Parts: sequence; C-alpha cells; structure tokens
Amino acid sequence: MGLFAAQLITGLANAAALFLVASGLSLIFGVTRIVNFAHGSLYMLGAYFGVTLMQMLPGGFGFWGSVLLSGLIVGLIGVVIEICVLRPVYRAPELFQLVATFGVILVIQDLTLMIWGADDQIGPRAPGLKSVVRILGEPIPQYDLALIAITPFILLALWWLITKTRIGILVRAATQDRTMVGALGVNQSWLFTGVFFLGSALAGLGGAIQLPKGGADLLMDLNIISAVFVVVVIGGMGSIPGAFVASVLISVLNVFGVAYLPQSTLVLMYVVMAVVLLIRPYGLLGREEKGGEHGQVGEPDRPIRPAGLVGRSLVAALMVALALIPVFGSNFTQVLLTDIIIFCLFAASLQFMLSTGGLVSFGHAAYFGGGAYAAALLVTHAGTPMELAFLFAPFAAGLLAIIFGWFCIRLSGVYFAMLTLAFSQLVWSAAFQWYDVTGGDDGLVNIWPSEWLSGTTTYYYFTLIVGVGGIILLRHLTHTPLGYALRAGRDSDRQAEATGINVKLVQWTGFAVAGALAGLAGGLFVFSKGSIFPNELEIAKSFDALIVVFLGGVKTLSGGVVGAAFMDGVRDWLTRLEYWRLILGLLIIAVVIIAPNGIVGSLRKGAERLGFYRGEFSE
Amino acid sequence: MKHLKTLMAAATAVLAVAGSAQAQESIKIGDINHYKRLAAFAEPYKKGLDLAVQQINDAGGVLGRPLEVISRDDNGKPGDAVKIAEELMTRDGTVMLTGSILSNVGLAISSLAAEKGYIYLAAEPLADALVWESGNPYTFRLRTSTHVQAAMLAEEAAKTDAVRYATIAPNYAYGTAAVAAFKEILTKLKPDVEFVAEQWPALFKIDAGAEVQALEAAKPDAIYNVTFGTDLQKFVREGSTRGLFEGRKVYGLLTGEPEYLDPLGEESPEGWFVTGYPWYGLEDGPGKKFVDEYMAAYPDETPKVGSIVGYMTIQSIAAALTKAGSTDTPALLAAFEDLQVPNTPMGDIMYRGLDNQSTMGAYVGTTAIKDGKGVMVDWEYKNPVPYMPSDEEIKAKRPAE
Repeated sequence: MGLFAAQLITGLANAAALFLVASGLSLIFGVTRIVNFAHGSLYMLGAYFGVTLMQMLPGGFGFWGSVLLSGLIVGLIGVVIEICVLRPVYRAPELFQLVATFGVILVIQDLTLMIWGADDQIGPRAPGLKSVVRILGEPIPQYDLALIAITPFILLALWWLITKTRIGILVRAATQDRTMVGALGVNQSWLFTGVFFLGSALAGLGGAIQLPKGGADLLMDLNIISAVFVVVVIGGMGSIPGAFVASVLISVLNVFGVAYLPQSTLVLMYVVMAVVLLIRPYGLLGREEKGGEHGQVGEPDRPIRPAGLVGRSLVAALMVALALIPVFGSNFTQVLLTDIIIFCLFAASLQFMLSTGGLVSFGHAAYFGGGAYAAALLVTHAGTPMELAFLFAPFAAGLLAIIFGWFCIRLSGVYFAMLTLAFSQLVWSAAFQWYDVTGGDDGLVNIWPSEWLSGTTTYYYFTLIVGVGGIILLRHLTHTPLGYALRAGRDSDRQAEATGINVKLVQWTGFAVAGALAGLAGGLFVFSKGSIFPNELEIAKSFDALIVVFLGGVKTLSGGVVGAAFMDGVRDWLTRLEYWRLILGLLIIAVVIIAPNGIVGSLRKGAERLGFYRGEFSE
Repeated sequence: MKHLKTLMAAATAVLAVAGSAQAQESIKIGDINHYKRLAAFAEPYKKGLDLAVQQINDAGGVLGRPLEVISRDDNGKPGDAVKIAEELMTRDGTVMLTGSILSNVGLAISSLAAEKGYIYLAAEPLADALVWESGNPYTFRLRTSTHVQAAMLAEEAAKTDAVRYATIAPNYAYGTAAVAAFKEILTKLKPDVEFVAEQWPALFKIDAGAEVQALEAAKPDAIYNVTFGTDLQKFVREGSTRGLFEGRKVYGLLTGEPEYLDPLGEESPEGWFVTGYPWYGLEDGPGKKFVDEYMAAYPDETPKVGSIVGYMTIQSIAAALTKAGSTDTPALLAAFEDLQVPNTPMGDIMYRGLDNQSTMGAYVGTTAIKDGKGVMVDWEYKNPVPYMPSDEEIKAKRPAE
C-alpha cells in the first residue's frame, strides 16, 4: 500500500513539468494552429536560464524568483520568435510554419552551445526542500510534494484566465473561429503574440521548475518534445484541462510501467496514445475539428496538369546531365548524388499522400526504415540474394502501410498525423528493442549489393534509374483517376462521397502507395550504406521529409524533390563549418520568409508575375 | 618582355623555396565524430587529438611529413558518417579513418571499411561487436571493451557477501551488453548470486524517482549501475534523497570518468566501486606527463577520458605509419597487426592480431568527495588482458577471415 501511494506521488510530481510545457504547446496550437516544434527548445532555454539565475540569486527567494524570471525571459524570447519568424508566414499553407519552427530549433541548439558550453549542468536543489518526508513508511522527496501542490494552482490560474477574463474570451473565440474574431475588430496579431508569450513562458517555467529533479543539457529539447506532443494529443489539442489529465495519466502510467514492466520505457506512451486515439479520435477532452482543414488557408489549389514541352525538356536535360556525372564528376559526387536521389524519392512519396491526398503523416520514416529493415533482415537471417531482398523492401513497406493505414484513415488532421507518429514509434521501438532479430541499436551491418552492382558508379546508375523511375511513377499516379479521387477527397470529403468516390478506400490506397515507394527508397538506402540502424525510423527522419516537402512547396508537384535536393545539398556543404546548425537554421528561416509558398511555389509565382510562365489564372 | 621573364623566374624560384621549406605534403587522417550531437564528449576528444598532432608535428612529423587531421561532424547519424567517410577517403585523400563515440556510427563505418578496403581505427565506441561478432580485418578498436570493464567490477563484487543484485542500465545495446557481461561473469565467479531486479530506463530520459522506487522495492544487497550522463545525475540525486544507496554497495560502470563525475560535484556518490580515470591522482610516468601537457595546452580544462582516447588514437596512428614506412593501405594493415604503441598515457599498449583490439586498460577505484568534487580513491590501473574471453572464445565469435 505504502509503495503504491509513493508511486502515485512520484507520478503526480513528474506530471508537473510535463503539464506546464504541454499546456503552453496546447494553448499555442489552439489559437494559432501552429505546430510548434521549437517548444522543446523553449523548455531547454528555461532550464539554462534557471541554472544561471539560481547561481546569481541565493536562498529560497532567489530560487523561486529565478523560476519565475526564467519563465518571463523565455516568454519574451517566444515573442521575438513569433514576431520575427512566424508573423511573416501566417498566410502560408497550413502547417508550413512548422518548417520555420524547425529552423528555430537549429538556431537555439547552436546558440545554447555557444553561450553555456557543452557540459551538462546539474540543477540546484530547492532551498528548504532538500530532504524526504515519510508517507506510509515510504520516503517522498519534499520537492515532489511542492510540485504536486503547485500544479493545481497553475491549472486554476490558466482556467481562470481562459474562462473569466476578456483575454480568455478572445483566446477561446480565436480557438473556435479566428477569422470571425478578426472580422469583429480584434487585433489578431497581438492576440497571437500574447498567446505565444504565455505558451513560451509556460515552457520556460517547466524547464526551470524541473531543475531540482534534473538539470540542463543540450539534448533536453528533443528529448521532451515527443512526450509533450503525446500529452497534448491525448488530452485533445487546444484543451488545457485535457493537457493536465493527459500529463497525469502518462506520468503515473510511466511510473507503474517502470516498476512492473521495466522494458516498456520506450514505447508505453505511444501505445497509450494509439489506444486513446482509436477510442476517442479527438483526444480525451478535445473537440471535433470543424470543416476540412485543407484548402482553407491561403489561395485555392490550382488544377494540376502534365508538364509542358519546356518542363519535359528541362527534366530530360537534367537526366542527361545526371547520367553523364560519372564521366565528369568525382567518385564522391556520385556518392552524394546517390544520397540525394534516395532522399528525393522518399520526400516525393510523402508528398504524394500529403499534397495530393491531404494526408499529413508525421511517421513516414516507418515505411522508409521499414523497407530498409525488411531487406536487411532477409539478407542477415535468410541469406537472401540482394536482388530479391531489394524487391521485398517496397513490398514489405507497402504491407506495413496497408495495416497502419487501416487505422489511421479513420482520423483526420493533426490527430491523423499523430496516429501515424505513434505507429512509426512502435516500429522504431520494435527495431530498437528486439535485439535477437534486429540487433537493437547496433543495427544490421554488412548489407551490401551483389557483385555486379557493388561499384560506386554502377550503384549510382541503379539508384538513378530506380529513384527517378519511382518519382515519375508517383507523378504519373497523380494524373490518374486515383490521383484525381485523392484530391477530391482532400478538398471536400463530402462532395467526393456524394459523387460516388469511396474516399476512405482511395485514401487507404494512397497511403499504401506512398508507403511502398518510401520502402523502395529505404531499399536503395540500405544497400548504398551497407548498414541500417533504428535512427532511420526515428521521428527526426519523418520530419526531415515533412520539412523538405513544405520547403519545396506543398502545393506543387515537384516541391518534395526540389526541397530534398536543396536540403541535402546545402546540408552536405554546411556541415563542414563549425556552427553549421545556426547557419542552416537561419537559412531555413530566411527561405520560409522569402518564399512562403515553398521554393517551387514561389519561383512559379515570380515567373508568372514576370510573364515567363503562363499560370492557370493569369489569363 | 625581358623584365617579365625575369620576374616570372624569380617568382618561380621563390615558390620553389617556399615549397621545400614547408617540408613535404602532409599525411591526412580522416576523423568523423558527433561534434554537435554529443558536444560534451566530443570536445575533450578533439582537444586530446589536437594535442597529440601538435606534439608529433613539433617533433618532425611522421615519415618526415606532418600529420593533418580532417575532422568532420556527422550529427550522430550512421548514414551521414558513411557518406563523409567516402568523401574523406576518395576526395580529401586521407589515408585512413578514425573517430566516433556512438557504437552504431562505429559499426556503420566499420562495415564500409570492410567493403571498400579502408582502414578504420574505432576510437571510442564501446560495442564489442566491433571487434567480435561484426569484426573485420580493416577495423581496429582502441578503447577498453565493455566486457572487460564489466568483468573488473564483477571480480570485485564477487569478493563481498552480497547475493541479491539489482541492475539499472540505459535501454539500448550498450546497456544490455554491460548488464549481460556483468551477470555472466559474476554468476561464474559466485554461483549463488541472484538478480532480483533489472531496470531499463530510456537513454537520457530516465524517470529517476520511479526507477529508485522500483530498485528499493526489490530490496537488493548491491546495485550495478550502467547509467551515465544526465541519467546518472538524476539517478544519483533521487537515490541519495530517498536513501537507496544506504548500506548498499554500488558498482558503477564508467561512473568514475570525469565526464560523468565532474557535473555531480558535491553530490557525487561516495563509496561506489567504479571504473574511470583518476587523472588527479597520477604522480609520475607517462600518465602524469600527459596530464601536465594537457593542462598546459588548455589552461581552463582538466583531462577527461575523451582527451586520453583522442591522444592515444593519434599515437596509435603515428606508430602504425612509422612501422609501415608508407601510407599504403596494405602496408598500414600489416603494420596494425600486433602493433606496439609505446609510452601512451596508459603505458605500452598493443593491437592484438587476434581481434584487432588494443590492450588499453582501465582504472578502477572507489568514489569519494574531496573539496566538493567527486574523485576516485584507492584506485589502480588494471591490464585488460586477464579479463578478456579466451582466445578460442573470441575466435569462435569473430567471422572467419
């Protein structure tokens, strides 16, 4: 009994910091619809400012003062980010802002390293709360009890702010219908800035308040972000009480997981999220999203058409140039281009479901890595010849996509995205933990192509043919009835149903095709690298693809390919520099601001304006 | 016109002199590490590496040519590391590869090395698969293996009368390997031991309060700890606050390394038996010499394990180049076979022809607090060879060459 109570208390104490960070994220999403990946970075900054301030301000007053001050400082940093980075891109296509927040993550990572150095900082203990209290004979740290006491006050304060004040009324109104709020004469941009301040301050507070239980280090931004997203989604996006319930649920389950199922630490919260979403598609306390999310922000999508003569000749010229690379280019140029083509195919497969189907996947790496692992497992355990194993990659990934897709297409919008993420984490943890089969994070090595394909140049040609073939196939599919049906479902679910399209079936098919092609890219990848590790299944890999699709232009056909080539090329060159993350982050932010329609979209627009290109609506 | 010719002749002469004064073209070594992803561990490594390069070049270089290390950041991704390795070897003209802390990056480079015939000296990766199950003729490993360090702790543990053991290790390959080795060796030495709890927190995401409660609930006599970095900080703080370590012996793998002990400061655990690096206690010999030179070169720094690994990596490479007498891969490969590297900060070491593993050892000792800092006391340096599996066992593990 004593142990049970003690475990419950530990779980509740752990929920405190998680709730603070998650409520901030939920608030920001609810009002601005921005999926703020940089939220973990704000949490990290809160921890670093907290450590620094606590060293300067002594005593109990200094400790709690530092916590509040850290929240305030991080809130102001949030304001700067909102004004400089996000405000210019509010009119961009939905979710485009997440690319900008990704740039912010990179910038903050390098700035933190520059300012505070590489060493981990241990958090100071709270003065006067250093020892334990015995409850039913079990030792409970005093600070845990303090955290449990503080959290309800914060929840209460937020609840009061949201339900009882004018600001709260505006925030709630904006959460439901921000256009209407704007039409009623409320200055939206300051409302957004205010919400961003509050949300960021909560993240900073969370970072500072966890210091006595941890510290500040350079990995904590990405370490917390997935847990925070899970909490926000389980609670229901935009719901503060939901975030509270979900943080308590996750934290308490985690404590019992640690005690009775110690191996479960990697995957438990994703299982919980998947189960919750399947039972309650909008989270525990979330509301159903009104209307279609797509095609509402920004200008309407244009009808697509096959490339014209100029376009075709340009692509043909590029193909000839690529085919001649081994004659002129160095060995490494071929290695680099092999990497880029694989990434382009991966991005194109995501773009097929995202742009054409309106299905935003946060877990596309599951199919890329899934395909790669499928091939590698066959080679390792069955000694399968490379050619057969390679063919198996898209097949296995497609199968995986069919299984997961069946669950995912029942949801829509951000909840769909989060369920894809949950499934990709399941695949990741299987690869990570099933040592006997997958080798865990030591991965599978010595997966090389057959003799006839093993030269760098030969494999480059192989990748060029398969990769470009895959990209052209995807582009062709966009122009087939399947592509048209997918777009119909994306633009208007109901009208598409009414015309006799089985929208769910079409989406399921699109999902499977995208998965299979991602698996094809994975197959190319594993034989070019000779090894595969769970990091190719990570969330970061999924987001790599997502970011380049938006960067290239989500409302275009070639955006993913162009974005991927741009990103991989730039990254290869920049990583030679000391502070490459800072430069890459700033570059991404600059591209986002200059080209809010993505690289291809903005180029096309510019060309239309100058009269080089005949747009659909310009006549 | 005549003037121009004279001028050109003069310029050519100047260039020629400058060229010969600059000695010959440098020997390039490719180094790949997670300089950004794991900055706290990679920076000391780079400092040790730079120090060794500078000392060697001041003394005239290797084979009469200066050494040059090209360091690149892989962001902790095996796929990127493989690409960079190709670039270093085919475009930058490096003669061999080194680097990496993460085991998976080490394994990825090692696999490439075997396929393409590049030599790779794995500096810090701890996975024993590098030299055993996935070993290949082109891959060599400097750092003391997980198996050996775990065996040193298990030997000490077997001397006590504790029988109920609990383990806590990060939930990834290194953690599982470290626990498996400890269990295997301790059970062999003392068959009546019992493992009553095994905790597996996610790497750098430990829920320390819950882990401590779960360990306490199992009522072990002793604890074997493999957590490190921020996980260790949280574990130690929660464990000390809740009294988990009272009256229990704790065996900590790597816990004594300055990388992990320094951030703990006055909260460092006392009385743990650990492997680590007590640089502050060295009084003479090459170990002390290294410490002095390092602190002279970097006045604000104290040496870490990463520093000594970086330093010994370059020493090993220089020794191999000298023995080979050339920079050709076959000659270098032959040179690494049973290569002797004298006068490293850990004494003379050798790369065993058997499994390409160096005989770099480890320090073991007991933790204590001195002047508000965690230190190791009663430490000794242990030669790793007695703790390695027998030659037959290793041969059985390594793929046939």
